This record gives sequence, structure tokens and C-alpha cells, in this order.
Amino acid sequence: MTTPFERPKRKDPLVRTELPLTPPGGRSRAAHLLTRAAARGQFALPRCRACGTVHFPVRDICPNCLSTEIAMAPAAAAGTLLSRTQAEVPALPYFRERAPWHVGLVQLADGPQVIAHLHPEVAVGAAVRMHLKLDKAGQAVLYAAPKTAEVDLMTDPKWREMVAHPLHRRVLITDARHFATPAIVKALKAAGARKIRLGVPEAWKPFREAPLYDGIEGVEILPLDLTSDRSVFDYASDYGGTTEIVINTADRVRAGQTLQPGTLLPAQEMMEHIAFGPMRLAQALAPALIGRGADGPAAAAAWVNLLSIHALAPLPGHMGWSAAHAAAHAFSQGLRAELLQGGVKLINLYSGPTEDPWFQTMIPPKVNGAALARGIVKALTEGLEELDIGPVAQELRERLDANPKAVERELGQS
Amino acid sequence: MAAAPKGYDGVVITTPVTVPYTRYSPEGAAWWTGRALAELARGAGLASHREIDGFVYSSFSSAPDSAVGLTQHFGLSPRLVDFVPLGGMGAVASLRRAARAVQMGDAEIVACVAGETNGIHSFRHGLENFSRFSQDGVYPYSSGGPNVSFALMAAQYMATTGATREDFGKLCVAMRYNALRNPNALMKKPLSLDDYLGARPIAPPIHLFDCVQPCAGADGFLVMREETAKAQGLAFARLTGGIERYNGFAEDPIQLRGGWGVDVDTLYAMAGVRPDDIDVVNTYDDYPFVCMLQFEGLGFCAPGEAPEFVRAHEFTFDGSFPHNTSGGQLSVGQAGCAGGHLGVVEVLRQLTGQAGPRQVKDAKLGLVSGFGMINYDRGLGSGAVILEQGSMA
Repeated sequence: MTTPFERPKRKDPLVRTELPLTPPGGRSRAAHLLTRAAARGQFALPRCRACGTVHFPVRDICPNCLSTEIAMAPAAAAGTLLSRTQAEVPALPYFRERAPWHVGLVQLADGPQVIAHLHPEVAVGAAVRMHLKLDKAGQAVLYAAPKTAEVDLMTDPKWREMVAHPLHRRVLITDARHFATPAIVKALKAAGARKIRLGVPEAWKPFREAPLYDGIEGVEILPLDLTSDRSVFDYASDYGGTTEIVINTADRVRAGQTLQPGTLLPAQEMMEHIAFGPMRLAQALAPALIGRGADGPAAAAAWVNLLSIHALAPLPGHMGWSAAHAAAHAFSQGLRAELLQGGVKLINLYSGPTEDPWFQTMIPPKVNGAALARGIVKALTEGLEELDIGPVAQELRERLDANPKAVERELGQS
Repeated sequence: MAAAPKGYDGVVITTPVTVPYTRYSPEGAAWWTGRALAELARGAGLASHREIDGFVYSSFSSAPDSAVGLTQHFGLSPRLVDFVPLGGMGAVASLRRAARAVQMGDAEIVACVAGETNGIHSFRHGLENFSRFSQDGVYPYSSGGPNVSFALMAAQYMATTGATREDFGKLCVAMRYNALRNPNALMKKPLSLDDYLGARPIAPPIHLFDCVQPCAGADGFLVMREETAKAQGLAFARLTGGIERYNGFAEDPIQLRGGWGVDVDTLYAMAGVRPDDIDVVNTYDDYPFVCMLQFEGLGFCAPGEAPEFVRAHEFTFDGSFPHNTSGGQLSVGQAGCAGGHLGVVEVLRQLTGQAGPRQVKDAKLGLVSGFGMINYDRGLGSGAVILEQGSMA
């Protein structure tokens, strides 16, 4: 019933590029509890804090005891298929173009029955493994997959709509001088990326890592400087129609406290590299990504930002750098809403201090290139929106979720 | 167990009206509703429609107006209004509320009307905005609407009971036979079992002729005291029993029965009759397998045995089990909430001898059931009323 996802045929230039459509985006406020879990790749269900009843769809109030204390709780991603059908002539063009669309009713192990997108190869009565995914509208949806490990979900075109897998896609790494680039290239190749373009800023300077990529099929090194209008424009004109994933590695780490003399200029430069650079690239390239959101089976899929968790709470001694990441983070949330018009995902990775040479004096643990690369591929293959990389980021996130004021005071005294 | 409800003594239902359906309409719901109101006043011989002092209204397409706003639109000054946009439960709920109001003297003449318009995109907008659970948990899953939701139930009903598409088809073919004798039916072509079986799949096991056609239209009837009907010289039926249940059997993992089973004994006890006594039955036929749930839930056969029941009977108006004698929604059309009123109006016509070429012979006792409001994974509403032919003597 399903077939392997082969490399798409060369595009026929006489055929009109299909415009992107999206599934329905309307949700109640309560339903966005699911969005948050799905964005982070968690399988969680609404649960009453008072009586423990798990329910679905998300309610404002517990149907068992009428408590308003509803919170998401990790849940068993397991269930049994009660019934199945497939919509042959759905009402919305997004679904109709992709019909038949398989839908199932699933008895979840944790209690409720749910309507879910369904992998075509699940029989009624069979055990399913549940996923909470973000669909092309960026909204959380349930997907029921066969429980057996042998099934490759990438064989289901509907699953492929919910992830941004690098397989057969052409990727741009915006700044190849980023220390993690060799690891990212290796991981993307392993995940099946068809082409990886490495943007080299200030191309007049030697690019000493170039030989690392010799003989790796599909890797192309080209000049790209996000601080230059011309360079960004040139890239978008030449490759806008053949870039499906952008990995934004823009960074520039310089120490400095707010009141320290001489930190204003470096702060401005960091702002230029980390915040305005990607914004410049987005203005040139994002319209092409949005327009190509449904351009064949390996259509434009994602924009990934390597951000610091200190975008959310500043790193002592690195105020300008943290502020630049905070600005990039704010831009990214605006860009996310715009990219979603084409069903293109915006993924933010948040890491603690990295092995970047400019963090030389920082005490470990630090995030290495392999960890960043693994995070990128995980976020793409699972279709996440947010992923914290490394123990520093994960710990800081937990503290921020619990009490951001405590984090502010504690960081201020460290 | 709750005390048995009191009877609807002295309450009658009269004056079935239908504003003939159209597939689409550029007019608003108020236009359709107002025409039904005019027909009710004319049919009942009222000097003015202002004599109607109760207005119970059912509609999905009247926004931003509810029943209250429409009183001004229509120049009514009622002392009772109710707005019951309950889909397939609208008629049963309207009738029960109107009957109690009349019985207790809160109103003299209550008009129960369902009026709906249908624009080109109305159906899709309805899917989008049907309910919060539907918006959050159904529409994003293929936007298939009720076809997909009911397919999930129908598939499991077939697997559990052995029901076949031929069984569903038999009901649909009979309804079309009846509809060809109803000038108000939108479907004008005969339907054979082969046509039914050969139809294109919509969401298997749901195929084209399992689906109703959304349309514009209005239906209505009047509820009043028996002496009022007699004074006006109106043919009438008595309301002898009625039940409603919402979110019944909520613990069932998948809906293979409606809520009728919770209250069915009350229904027949109120009316003092048994299922065998009923001469004409109108079930809520948004899908034919839902008719079968009603045969089971309302005691015409045992749970799970509707397939054998269907095979043992003929469902045309002249058959052994006259069913959906107007043609049902499947052949007349589904004008939103009027889909529930369709059955009440038809059974009233049958019991008052106004059914013309599809008149069921000697129809004295009728049953109308309602179902509907598929909020998430199941239809939440189920209800039924029993009507008995009234005599003018």
C-alpha cells in the first residue's frame, strides 16, 4: 500500500508549480496546550490535577469532577485502532489534493478515544503508536502509526507533510565558518540530504575547512555574507528556487557587560550578524520558500535557527551577544507565522554555550558540533519547532518554565 | 430512577407546512422561516400570524439572529420563545417544549419552525464552525465532516452486526420510492439497488447515496390545545409520549447505539403502546445505518439485529414497515435543522390524511425519532415522540 520515498524526478519546467495550501488553522485557546507539547516533540494529554482524569479533546474543565485545573501530562503514546476510513472527497482543497486521506478512531491506553490521522497500514484492532505532530498549518494533530518498528513512516506521504525530513532536499548552511559545520554536513548527508550548500562569508579570507568537504557528493561551497544586501540577493536569485531547508548558523560571540566601556560597537556588530543578517536573508529568500511549500514531494520545508538559550535569559558577561540572540529569537517568531503560509516550518534550537572558540574561557559543559548536528536532524526528521540542546539549555528551560524571575536574580548574582 | 413524566394531556399538533426546498438559496434564513410562519397562519385559518403567541425556532443559519430577533423581524409579540438549534434533535425538542408550555398555559398557539438557507459555501462553513471539539479535533483531520465521523461508526457497526451495504441500500431505495410521490423532494430520479451499490466512495463504507444533500428550506407545525384545534376546524394528532437524551451511553468507546435505549421504556409507557402498534415510522436518516440504530434503540428489533429486521421488511409507504414516507432527508434533502422537522411534519401528514399519493393506509399511530449533533466522535442527541391520530368528534 505504501512505497518507499524515492528521490523525486527532475521537475518538468512546463508544469505549473503547485501553490501551497494548508489544513485548517483554527483552534481553541485550550487546544494550544497540545501545540506546545507537539512543538517540543512530547506526547502529552490534558489531565485533571484534581482527580487525574485524562480527557480529549482539550477541555476548559474536567468532565469527571468539573475542576478547572487542567494541565498537560506525559501520556502513553499507545492505543488500539477502533475503526478506520479514508476521506475520498474532503471539503478543503488541501486534503482533496492529497486524497484519499486516512483517518482512524483510536482507543488510547490512557482512556479517551481520539480521531487521528492514520498510517495506511494499520488494521482495526491492531496496536498503534501515537504521535503528536505539527501539521502544515503548524497546528497540533494526532497521528496513529503501526506499532511495529519495521514500518518506515516516511513511506506515508501524510507523515512527510508533518515532518521536514532532509531526505532528498537541498540545504543551505548560511555560515560555513560556524564551528559545527563539518558535523552538520555529516549528519545531513547521513539523513539523505540531496545537496548541501555552504555559505562562506568574507570569501577573501581563507576557508581552511574546505578540504574537509572534498569528495562529499552534493556539497557545494559558495560565497554568502548575510551582512551584505548584494550577497544575499545573489544567493536568492541563483538558488532561491532550489533551496528547501535553511540552516541559519549565523553567530558572533564577543564578551562584554552592559556597563563595561567599549562594548557598544561589538554589540552592534553582533546584532548585525546574529539578528539583522538572518532577517536580511529571510527578506530575500523566505518568499521563495513560502511559494515552494508544495513544490513536489521534497518541497521547501524548514528554516532552522541555531539560537542560544540565552536568547531567553542573558548569559552573564555576554549581554550584547544575549541581546542579539534575543532579537533573533523575536524575529524568528514573526518569521514563523509568515513561513506557515507556505507550510514551511521554523525550527529554533536553543543551546547553552558551545565549543565555539570564542567561548574558550567558559567552564564546561559546552555543546559540541555533533550535538548541534544531531539536534538539527532530530528537529527536522520529527518536525519539531523547539529543541533544547545540552544540559545547560535543558536545565535553564526547566527553571524558566518554573519561575523566570528566579532565573533573572540567580543569573544576575552569578 | 426518576419519576415517570406526566402525559401531554390535551395537547395536539396540527398544520404541517413545508416551504419547498431548493439546493441553494440567495435568501436568508429569516426569509425561509417567515414563509413557513405565513403558511402556518394561513393553514390554521388565523386572522393574523400575530395570534401565534409562542415561537420555538430551530436553525443553524440564522446568525446573527436567534428566535428573539426574529420576533421583531416578523412582527410577532409572543409570550414564549425558545431557540433550539439542535440539528436532528430540534424537532423533538421543540415539540416537547411547546407541548409543556401549552399544557401549562404559558402559551396558546406555539409555532415550531425550522428555517434554513444554504449558500454555496454554507456547508463548509458549517463544518468549520460546528462545535469547538469539531474545530479542534475533527475538521483538521481531513475536513471530511460527518461523512468521515459516521464512516468510522458505520464500519464498526457493519463489522459487529454483519450489516451489509445491501441492507443500507434497501432503506435508501425505499426512501427514493417514497420520495417520487413527494413533490417537495429534491431527488426526482428513481434509485435502484445497483445504482446505490455502484456509487462512488466518499469515506468507505459511506458512499454517495448514503449522504444527504444539504439544501435550503423550512418546515413547521403548530402546537395547541385540543379544543383550540377543534374550534379552528384543524385536523390534528395527539402527542402521547416523548423522550430526549443527550450524551447517553458516554462510556461506549465507539457509538454503536444512540441514547434511545436509556429512555425507550418511558416512551412506550407514556403512550401506552408497544412498538408493534406503530403504523408509520420516521427515523432521522442522516445515514442509513443511523436508521438501523433507531430500529434497535426504539425496540422495533433487538440490539444488533437490525440487519435481519431490514431483510425481513419492506420500507416503502405501502410496505410492511412504512418508514421515512416523505423520502427522508436522503431523498428530500437536508435543510439543516429542518432535517429533524421533516419527520414530524410527514408523520403529522400521514396521521391527518394529507400525505396524498404516499398515504399509508390506516395510519393511526406514528413515531418520529431524532438524532444528531456530532460534536466530536459521536452523535450526542437522541429522542423520539409518539403521535396518535386525533378525531374531530
